[in-house]
Amino acid sequence: MLEQQDKLLDVQNLWVKFPTRSGVFDAVRGISFSLGKERLGIVGESGSGKSMTGRAILRLIRKPGIVSADRIMLHDKDLMTMSEREMRKVRGQRISMVMQDPKFSLNPVMTVGEQIMEAYAQHAKASKADVKRKALDMLEAVSIRDPERVFRAYPHEMSGGMGQRIMIAMMLIPNPEILIADEPTSALDVSVQTQVLSIMDRLVQERGMGLIFISHDLNLVSSFCDRVLIMYAGRIVETCRADKLHEARHPYTRGLLNSLPRLTEPRERLDVLKRDPAWREAQSVSGAS
Amino acid sequence: MSVTIQSENGRRAPPVFSVVATIAKTLGTIAITMLGLLFITFVIGRIMPIDPLISILGERASKEMYEATYIKLGLDKPLVVQFFYYLWDVVRGDFGVSRLTARPVVDDIIRVFPATLELATIGTFIGVFVGIPLGVVAAVKRGTWIDQTARVIALVGYSMPIFWLGLVGLLVFYGILGWVGGPGRVGIFYVDLVPTVTGLILVDSILDGQWDVFRDAVSHIILPASLLGYYSLAYISRMTRSFMLEQMNAEYITTARVKGLSEWAVVWRHAFGNIKVPLITVVALSYAGLLEGSVLTEIIFSWPGIGSYITTALLSADMNAVLGGTVVVGLVFVCLNIFSDMLYKFFDPRAR
Amino acid sequence: MTNAGLASGEKQSLRDWLRTETPTSRRHAKIASLYQGWLTLKSNKLAMIGLFILVFLVLVALFAPLLAPADPFEQNLANRLQPLWGQGHLLGTDSLGRDILSRLIYGARITLYIVTLVAMIAPIVGLFVGTVAGYAGGWIDTILMRITDIFLAFPRLVLALAFVAALGAGIENAVIAISLTAWPPYARIARAETLTIRGSDYISAVKLQGAGPLRIIVKHIWPLCMSSIIVRVTLDMAGIILAAAGLGFLGMGAQPPSPEWGAMISEGRKFLLDYWWVATVPGLAIFTVSLGFNLLGDGLRDVLDPKDAGDA
Repeated sequence: MLEQQDKLLDVQNLWVKFPTRSGVFDAVRGISFSLGKERLGIVGESGSGKSMTGRAILRLIRKPGIVSADRIMLHDKDLMTMSEREMRKVRGQRISMVMQDPKFSLNPVMTVGEQIMEAYAQHAKASKADVKRKALDMLEAVSIRDPERVFRAYPHEMSGGMGQRIMIAMMLIPNPEILIADEPTSALDVSVQTQVLSIMDRLVQERGMGLIFISHDLNLVSSFCDRVLIMYAGRIVETCRADKLHEARHPYTRGLLNSLPRLTEPRERLDVLKRDPAWREAQSVSGAS
Repeated sequence: MSVTIQSENGRRAPPVFSVVATIAKTLGTIAITMLGLLFITFVIGRIMPIDPLISILGERASKEMYEATYIKLGLDKPLVVQFFYYLWDVVRGDFGVSRLTARPVVDDIIRVFPATLELATIGTFIGVFVGIPLGVVAAVKRGTWIDQTARVIALVGYSMPIFWLGLVGLLVFYGILGWVGGPGRVGIFYVDLVPTVTGLILVDSILDGQWDVFRDAVSHIILPASLLGYYSLAYISRMTRSFMLEQMNAEYITTARVKGLSEWAVVWRHAFGNIKVPLITVVALSYAGLLEGSVLTEIIFSWPGIGSYITTALLSADMNAVLGGTVVVGLVFVCLNIFSDMLYKFFDPRAR
Repeated sequence: MTNAGLASGEKQSLRDWLRTETPTSRRHAKIASLYQGWLTLKSNKLAMIGLFILVFLVLVALFAPLLAPADPFEQNLANRLQPLWGQGHLLGTDSLGRDILSRLIYGARITLYIVTLVAMIAPIVGLFVGTVAGYAGGWIDTILMRITDIFLAFPRLVLALAFVAALGAGIENAVIAISLTAWPPYARIARAETLTIRGSDYISAVKLQGAGPLRIIVKHIWPLCMSSIIVRVTLDMAGIILAAAGLGFLGMGAQPPSPEWGAMISEGRKFLLDYWWVATVPGLAIFTVSLGFNLLGDGLRDVLDPKDAGDA
């Protein structure tokens, strides 16, 4: 159990609701977890509420969505009580987010350099030359071989892996403490995925950051993270350490594990996950570390 | 072990060759389209009326003139040959002579066109500087009273007959309130006081230093220009709103917010930055639409532009003038459309 | 079972029949989906206002002789230019002493006539050209589309004016002139839809069964183009009414003494400053009808092309 002061983020009883014409849809239903200087994975299928969790932390969910929580503590400050103005100082500078597909998450009519400089200049006062220098340094830090050329280029000229690295550079340049990665490699070719992940991992370790890694890929998350939260239907159904994943007890987690093919354990048929409605009703497990 | 960049170079300016090729292709498209229009006007002028000569000469032309014009127009020759004569004339700027003014149509058009340009330009200015901000705010504050107001403004703009609104405007602002000048470009006392340099009285009066003429011209142009401006802003605000709504739902907007940018920067630097280029096309189309709108508006304000030229010619069945005017307006229309396409390709980084 | 019970039981079953998720026949499915569309449209208040206006127009036009208080052509020079509510004329009289309200009511017939004719000619011509071009492809497509593009490239009103100048004034000529400039957008829409559908498997299946191109186009492609075309027609109608009014205003439409609304505005123009209602009232009628078409068209678009609906 981490001491209070080692906790970067402490989320208590988070709810995300969307009023629709046919009633209120609860995307996230009362989850609690905490994050230290570790790599925390959140795994779930589509509709489990994992992406909403990430966005709720950054208070990015707009009307008509409603976010409520007992508290979301960033160190000693409660994000839920902050004004929009204060949140803007948190975003980018304290908590940042890398999104899934750079084709859509980068502004198509601004050069890469302009976008990265903007991320830096938002939170630091420096001369234009200094900002440019920092941006180029950051591009080098994500293993881009020709930073000057990429700096002047437009996002559509980049491949997926490049784009995601640019995204990482852009999100880490203001030096945040926490990085939320929302399906960062799901849009990439498998061959490029490990590369991008290792860059992200290296930077997170170097800077002593906390990482929340959101994905549907249990395998990926377990190999990459220290701790894993399994979400289903807006609740956390299980939490365990990544290296102890094979000892997981909840039937949903076991079902997910069993449905993955393994070279070392060849089987005639893969198991089909049977969903028990009881899982939906059960209380959320605490993800406190 | 990093992956190399896909594009070969970071150069921004296209090589000269492709620019020339694009211009050549554009001119070609204009030429083909104009060919089509000229075919249509030829058909209207020569084939549709029962006796094309009567519509050109009038019913009381003498027999000698009738026969002379018959030969001059080559009406005894086959239609295809006539078409080529027609094309040849048009290319040289010869639209025939107007029955009403007894002058070459092309001279008439050169004389009246600046008046329409004045109206359309000011109208488009209004459309751009009022319509675009309105559209942006309506999109950002979707569903609020601003959005609803913008919607009503646009709806009214699409439903109201422009000539009727002009009449009502004249009635209220000139007849009842007396805030603006009446029909005509300038009051009677100021006609022809200012030497014609550009044909635009507003400009010419400034050039000549005659401020009272300028003031009078302003009071006369403000109502028709505002009328056209209203229609322009109805269209432009609607399109701006629609474009902005698309952008505001995009992922890169979320990215911008994640960076901690203010909502102002998100809306204007990022979202609006992405619609600047399609808006060019919208503004060009709006300008073209105003040229068309002026056809019905000018007659109400006795505005001596190409619109009232065409409608007056229409009422006296002066076919040369009608067709000449149609070709000129059509040409401007086509050029605006095609150049806006070209500008689009030039400015959008994704199209390079 | 009492009578009341039977009646409510039957009513229940009609509504259930319409709302069913498992239709029993093709006609059942069609009617059920029409009903669903109707429900969506009904919830849109503005569209309902538009529909109401149009129904009102049709009723006024149909029952004109019963509704009009006076003969629209009857002149009464002693009574000219009476103001609103003057002397038993609700909307006053014009320069020849004719009752404006009656002229307005009969004018609705002319408006309806023009709108109906153009709404039949232009979309059908456009549909035909577009589907043939899209289905045939090759040089037929290129030629037809070139022609369409040429018509599209020019200002509609100016071109219509030129057509009317050559054909001569008159209501039928105005209809022809407007239709000649209105058909190209429909050709575009039809061609786009045809191209999308042309490659589908079920078209191939029908072809394998021996269907010729005419049958394919008429029975299979046209029905699918219908929803886009209907939306477009309704939205276009507003512009067509304005164009017809414009032509009437210029004296190129229905000739005097016909009570065409645009011509009425023109007649009233001379007296605008002192007898403003003569020119103003017909314009309100034009505005209302045009607005009705716009509102209904927006509503139909929300129902038939939900992805295009941009307003909530």
